[in-house]
Amino acid sequence: MALERKMSLERLTLAEARSAVVEGRVSAVALAEQHLERIAAVDGEIHSFLALTRERALAQAEKVDAAVKAGQAPGPLAGVPVGIKDVLTTRGVETTAGSRILSGYHPPYDATAVARLEAAGAVVLGKLNCDEFAMGSSNENSAYGPVKNPRALDRVPGGSSGGSAAAVAAGLCVASLGTDTGGSIRQPAAFCGVVGLLPTYGRVSRYGLIAFASSLDRVGPFARSVEDAATVLGVMAGPDEMDATSSRQPVADYAAEIRKGVEGLKIGVPEEYFGEGLDDEIRKAIESVLDGLRTSGCSLHKVSLPHTRYAVPAYYVVATAEASSNLSRFDGVRYGFRTRDGATLTGMFRNTRDEGFGAEVKRRILLGTYVLSAGYYDAYYRKAQQVRSLLARDFVQAFAGVDAIVAPVTPTPAFKLGEKTSDPLQMYLEDIYTVSASLAGICGMSVPCGETSGGLPIGVQVLGKYFDEATMLRVGAGLERQQRA
Amino acid sequence: MSVSVEDVRHVADLANLELTAEELPRMAKDLNAVLGYIAQLNELDTSTVEPMAQVGEVLGLEPAQNGETLRADAVRASLERDAVMAEAPETDGRFFKVPRVLER
Repeated sequence: MALERKMSLERLTLAEARSAVVEGRVSAVALAEQHLERIAAVDGEIHSFLALTRERALAQAEKVDAAVKAGQAPGPLAGVPVGIKDVLTTRGVETTAGSRILSGYHPPYDATAVARLEAAGAVVLGKLNCDEFAMGSSNENSAYGPVKNPRALDRVPGGSSGGSAAAVAAGLCVASLGTDTGGSIRQPAAFCGVVGLLPTYGRVSRYGLIAFASSLDRVGPFARSVEDAATVLGVMAGPDEMDATSSRQPVADYAAEIRKGVEGLKIGVPEEYFGEGLDDEIRKAIESVLDGLRTSGCSLHKVSLPHTRYAVPAYYVVATAEASSNLSRFDGVRYGFRTRDGATLTGMFRNTRDEGFGAEVKRRILLGTYVLSAGYYDAYYRKAQQVRSLLARDFVQAFAGVDAIVAPVTPTPAFKLGEKTSDPLQMYLEDIYTVSASLAGICGMSVPCGETSGGLPIGVQVLGKYFDEATMLRVGAGLERQQRA
Repeated sequence: MSVSVEDVRHVADLANLELTAEELPRMAKDLNAVLGYIAQLNELDTSTVEPMAQVGEVLGLEPAQNGETLRADAVRASLERDAVMAEAPETDGRFFKVPRVLER
């Protein structure tokens, strides 16, 4: 078909893919095959996929095609090829969380987010590479090797959802799922030049998400447009009886909200996000976005988030403490890897964990165990939770006067592979503009807003109020229109 | 406050991690760097601030709205035993098998 050849997979939006399938211009099977061919051709170099689910994808695509032929109402993701970060369980498909300790694990159930995507007609192509247990900002902590940034192969794609961002950027799937604990969706989206959305804590079920830090972990989409990300969010959002932290807050019609435009919205600009350390080209790009919003009828307001500089230290206490507890379940008894060197039970536990976990995961387990250990709990863990209250209060106060906040996502564009691996603290500082929203629990997103003189993507961050993804998406779509104009 | 190699060994014991002789000093160095950075939290007076453990606490919402999506307390089917046991490194099909518990 001529139309199939004309379709550029790197630019294909979800809306275009779905309408091509629904209108019969391309079959879901052909669309899946084209993507699998492209993966075979280019992913050897990028390494975004850890496993392909060819049979499952083609079976689902055939089902979608049959439904279209039979004139049944197609789902909102009918025939849309997607990839899933490997921290989300997929029934019968190896799920490793980027760790050796889960090698060979085939979960007996699907994560709710994955099940809802498939129920909406999405075609799951495979599992996407990530930092081990989502711990990292560069995807260099994967036990299965790093992912390369498709926009510059000598650079990192960001992390921890590096594979999810890279696969969408490289045209290997139309949308993907990632997870964000301290910036793991927004930062790789910025580094790879795609849209990445962090929903409010509780908006999307985490059932089937392999836990890193339970009070912070969230599931969210990557896509090539704000509208596409909104569509995927709309499919996943809403309560789930398998996750007691999922919320019953009503889910808006995001597509309708986006159409409202941005005129009259009050945009907050936090001075703390434009200080020392911010790359000049990123600063200029964000300032130009803000000018554009003003031209579109938004009013700009200075806001203060005075505890911003304490967010990274508070995060690395809270997140590692929760991780040390969550990761105690990996002991070589019930699933995944077991050492060959374990004559007694405790010896087996210890050797399994030593051989199964990578250096960064061990570092965080040790730090988390340390801050929770006798005599240190109040000094570290309780203190960090108190600072977390202050950070959340900062946002509540700022949002009393504005509808959304606009800021940079990252202090620098994508850095080189190997550049920060020897110094964990430098890597943690990558999260400086993203962890506050993670700790507070508000929603946020990264939208592409141009590139550096060296051709590296720049992202702008939009932060929204609790459960107000609708307004955040309106602003995100407004920014995107400016970029395309 | 400085973390010694002995401290790392103790914490590793608590976490059931067996660290090699090379890993111990490197982890001590890394932990000291990160804990030194974390120490800046002490600049803040938080004596009157409540700790925040969950996001719902900020919202002050009723639990039913805020998220605690509790389902009815009724018996229902769970995962298939065969599918679960098939993932275990060692099993007799009914139980997980592990090395002996007591050291002789």
